[in-house]
Amino acid sequence: MPKGNGEVLNTVRLEFLSLPENVGLARVAVAALAAQADITLSELEEIKVAVSEAVANAIIHGYGGEPRGWVRVTVNRLQDGLEIIVEDDGKGIPDIAQAMQPAYSTDPERMGLGFAFMQSFMDELEVTSEEGRGTRVVMRKKLNPSVTTA
Amino acid sequence: MQVFFSQEGSALIARVKGEVDLSTADRLRQELESSLEHARAHILCLDLEGVSFMDSSGLGVILGRYRRISQTGGKVVICRPQPQIRRLLDLAGLSKIMDIVEEEPQEYLRKAGKE
Repeated sequence: MPKGNGEVLNTVRLEFLSLPENVGLARVAVAALAAQADITLSELEEIKVAVSEAVANAIIHGYGGEPRGWVRVTVNRLQDGLEIIVEDDGKGIPDIAQAMQPAYSTDPERMGLGFAFMQSFMDELEVTSEEGRGTRVVMRKKLNPSVTTA
Repeated sequence: MQVFFSQEGSALIARVKGEVDLSTADRLRQELESSLEHARAHILCLDLEGVSFMDSSGLGVILGRYRRISQTGGKVVICRPQPQIRRLLDLAGLSKIMDIVEEEPQEYLRKAGKE
């Protein structure tokens, strides 16, 4: 069960191969669920960026760009917000603290801002990782409490 | 994602449309690189009015072109980004190192030429 506060109003699970074209698919699916809540366009844009960054990290860093890994995205719409979980079974992050530093990147063409954007645009970010086993990113964003029930 | 190029003197204008993320960033990079090579431009005007989504993959492409073009004394100008993309440019610090303007590229170049 999700750790966020409040009743779970809806849950969507997606599982897809680690292909770059699936970044957009994940972003649109999460945004469609988020749009069921009382949410501003600006909040929706923030969620889309955070999801893109998390899924792109799974593809690039988790699976090294190889298209044969599975990425799982779970979205829980709660009474008071949204919880998004992005998981991969890739190589894991050896040093999470270092990876989360702004402008830390292993690739000169990338800005190393993925985690910084996730932190800026979501209210909570938790990253757990095990080398050789994979990475799990949990992001939570508070939204206006829903007045209707699912 | 689509890119349309035109040239005005020593400026290369690139109008980008659509979404720039991991799936399109490489193509944007390649198209900008080959056009910059061909045009021998000193100014790259990136017109982002038609960009509806961008994440750090797209920002990386912009920073990469900035690094390349500024080595030879040139510059990158970003025109008409949507508010949500402007915010990313600010958060990433790109607005500190390159001009971000609200004019369309030709208008910007006309004004810059008069100064």
